[in-house]
Amino acid sequence: MEQNNLKETLLRISGVNPRKCMKCGKCSGTCPSYDEMEYHPHEFVSMVENGETEKLMASPSLYRCLTCFACVERCPRGVQPAKLIEAVRLAVIRQQGMNHLKPDQLPDMLDEDMPQQALVSAMRKFAK
Amino acid sequence: MQRIGVFVCWCGSNIAATVDVKAVAEALGKEPGVVYFEDYQYMCSEEGQTKLQNAIRDYKLTGAVVCSCSPRMHEATFRKAAAKAGVNSFMVEIANIREQCSWIHKNKEEATEKAIILGRAAIAKVHLNAPLTAGESPVTKRALVIGGGIAGIQTALDIADAGFEVDIVEKKPTIGGKMSQIDKTFPTLDCAACILTPKMVEVAQNEKIRIFSYSEVDKVQGFVGNFSVSIRRKARFVDEVKCTGCGLCTEKCPQKKVPNEFNLGLDQRRAIYIPFAQAVPKVATIDPDYCTMLKTGKCGVCSKICTAGAIDYKQKDSFIEEKYGAIVVATGFNPIELNKYDEFAYSQSPDVITSLEFERITNAAGPTGGTLLRPSDGEHPKKIVFVQCVGSREDGSGCGKTYCSKICCMYTAKHAMLTREKYPDTEVYVFYIDVRTPGKSFDEFYRRAVEEYGVHYIKGMVGKVIPQGKKLMVRASDLIDRKQLLIDADLVVLAAAIEPDKSARPLATMLTASMDTNDFFTEAHPKLRPVESPTAGIFLSGCCQGPKDIPETVSQASACAAKVIGLLCRDKLTGNPCVAHSDELMCNGCSTCEKVCPYGAITYQDKEFRMPDRTMRTRRVASVNPAVCQGCGACTVACPSGAMDLHGFSNSQIMAEVDAICK
Ligand SMILES: Cc1cc2nc3c(=O)[nH]c(=O)nc-3n(C[C@H](O)[C@H](O)[C@H](O)COP(=O)(O)OP(=O)(O)OC[C@H]3O[C@@H](n4cnc5c(N)ncnc54)[C@H](O)[C@@H]3O)c2cc1C
Ligand code: SF4
Ligand code: SF4
Repeated sequence: MEQNNLKETLLRISGVNPRKCMKCGKCSGTCPSYDEMEYHPHEFVSMVENGETEKLMASPSLYRCLTCFACVERCPRGVQPAKLIEAVRLAVIRQQGMNHLKPDQLPDMLDEDMPQQALVSAMRKFAK
Repeated sequence: MQRIGVFVCWCGSNIAATVDVKAVAEALGKEPGVVYFEDYQYMCSEEGQTKLQNAIRDYKLTGAVVCSCSPRMHEATFRKAAAKAGVNSFMVEIANIREQCSWIHKNKEEATEKAIILGRAAIAKVHLNAPLTAGESPVTKRALVIGGGIAGIQTALDIADAGFEVDIVEKKPTIGGKMSQIDKTFPTLDCAACILTPKMVEVAQNEKIRIFSYSEVDKVQGFVGNFSVSIRRKARFVDEVKCTGCGLCTEKCPQKKVPNEFNLGLDQRRAIYIPFAQAVPKVATIDPDYCTMLKTGKCGVCSKICTAGAIDYKQKDSFIEEKYGAIVVATGFNPIELNKYDEFAYSQSPDVITSLEFERITNAAGPTGGTLLRPSDGEHPKKIVFVQCVGSREDGSGCGKTYCSKICCMYTAKHAMLTREKYPDTEVYVFYIDVRTPGKSFDEFYRRAVEEYGVHYIKGMVGKVIPQGKKLMVRASDLIDRKQLLIDADLVVLAAAIEPDKSARPLATMLTASMDTNDFFTEAHPKLRPVESPTAGIFLSGCCQGPKDIPETVSQASACAAKVIGLLCRDKLTGNPCVAHSDELMCNGCSTCEKVCPYGAITYQDKEFRMPDRTMRTRRVASVNPAVCQGCGACTVACPSGAMDLHGFSNSQIMAEVDAICK
């Protein structure tokens, strides 16, 4: 995916506006996984804004985020860094072509016992 | 038929670059009643005004239309010029072809067409204009100052110095405000009490100043020069005249467990109290929420002890009615509540305090006698973390404020520096997002805290404070060293955002003064009229208008006094003749206009009318007080019978303008 497009996609699926960030570092100051991370919550925000998404996608930091939402809760500017991290994770899954589903497979898979939630979440990871 | 002159201004290239001014002048010259037209580079210049005046004389003009900038800029200029040449001011109309035309259009043809239309509307109005004369009203030579902080004190002293009487209404038992609670003051570190108390005494001794402490404004009526205000004097259950302020009662009262608000609840006071030793007026006050006598009728210790016989358990709220020419708002600020900031553990640990609490703990007259001790166990804190911007600079979706509170960077530097000076063995950390220190000798002050006193300034924010045993574990980021820190602090001090006093909004409603969304009073012009409210006769002093430190507060307070003195010096005020009036024959007395009038200018009268059948009948009709009416026009729109009309902006004038535009 092209850099600019990727940035736009990340912003769209996360709903985050990185320009609201004032670089106070409260998110990283509260993050319980800080020491395990190469890039920290506030850096996710600025790196996405600066288009350095590839570095983020290659970093194991992605999987150190516990999605505990402490940063989302405490950010004074309402930036929601955890949602951006989740968006980058999704981008990785989509990029690697790890789609579990194609839309036309769906009808065959419908099963009364299968929770609808499973289908929905599988579809969420689906990239066109 | 009017004889109208049309003057089209170029405003340099501001108008002329987008509007064909010659074409506009010529087109408007063809309108009925226009006997003269002209275009000129700068109509507002001496030369331009002379052109207007000459044309009035040479062509016997009865009215004029100036096509130029917004009437807010130069309507007064052109009206004054016309009046000098013998044409009533209100026969001059402005067509705004700059803000509403040349500045917002790119296409010259379209802009020119629009300018002609705007000019045509103004001409149509002038045809229906009639000369108006403004009425006059006297000025009551006394000022009211609401709020007795340093802002109110300074304004009152300056007004009194000029020889006018001033009343201060202060809701607390004493004047002094927040400055009486703080210890030393940046940037010079002089002690707040040493510079404030002399001023408080000066206020008390000044013959021109009356202090109504423990009082609040209850009702405001009237208008600039002629306000009449009702002041509620809350019952303090002590006779102010008899009380000598000896303080014996405050030592003997058996009810000892009352949280002391002056020390922000860090210690306790009695049910009868004097907030602090230098209080003005130095009069005791009984707290009815805690006094056993008032609650159960059993006790009466203070009245037995008081040799002056000042205690009066039967005292009731009383009211004073007074007239004022000007009102000054000086209601100040308060730190915000921090209960919602759970991450900083303010409600969980007594050792997490606000900066104002820190001032009390370091103040010689405070609960610890000025020794820095932890509220929880009274031990010396060896590691202190200061957190800046708590509740300031947020995005508005949470519980904080969107603005910078302005004073906290400086007072935090002050606290850090003073701590290191008095207790060099104490480690001091300050977490900041930005250090904002614009101001005379301010940045130097902050650098001294770092360079001379070794305060650790860390760029980053505290994410969480976890009380753990006797320690407060502070987790924070250090953005420059790219680290997450965990500091085992003994004391955490939060620089809480400041907000206007909660009583400010209802007060603004009473005064019909406007506020911004943060409840700070708005000024008449953010740059050019910073100490006046848009409501005539209401002035602003101190933090009620926006966050300020003491030097700024005092400057504004004196500037405000200068404006008040300017008003009180005048014997008469000329009113605005563009006021509403009702056609009594059409008025049906329905009260609709009275309800919409924001200024309370409309009353009803019973009047005798001669009916078509020659009988007399009494009818209830609306009557407008022209001195109170601000000419907003709300009533003319609301009146269901079309009886209300506005001088200078009559319904027929407005319709004529609309017709001219739609022609
Ligand atoms: C922790 C802290 C430390 C500070 N340190 C410094 C410093 O070192 N140097 C410095 O320059 N500045 C300092 N400041 C700022 C300083 O306190 C303010 O600039 C100053 O107090 C503003 O004065 P004011 O009169 O506008 O408001 P206030 O001091 O708040 O006074 C307002 C007064 O109005 C009264 N009032 C409110 N509403 C009503 C009402 N409806 N009717 C009647 N009365 C009413 C209040 O009771 C109060 O007495 C500090 C502030 C804080 C919070
Ligand atoms: S807490 Fe919010 S504003 Fe502060 S650095 Fe993190 S994302 Fe930016
Ligand atoms: S003055 Fe300083 S500490 Fe206070 S809100 Fe502004 S930047 Fe933050």
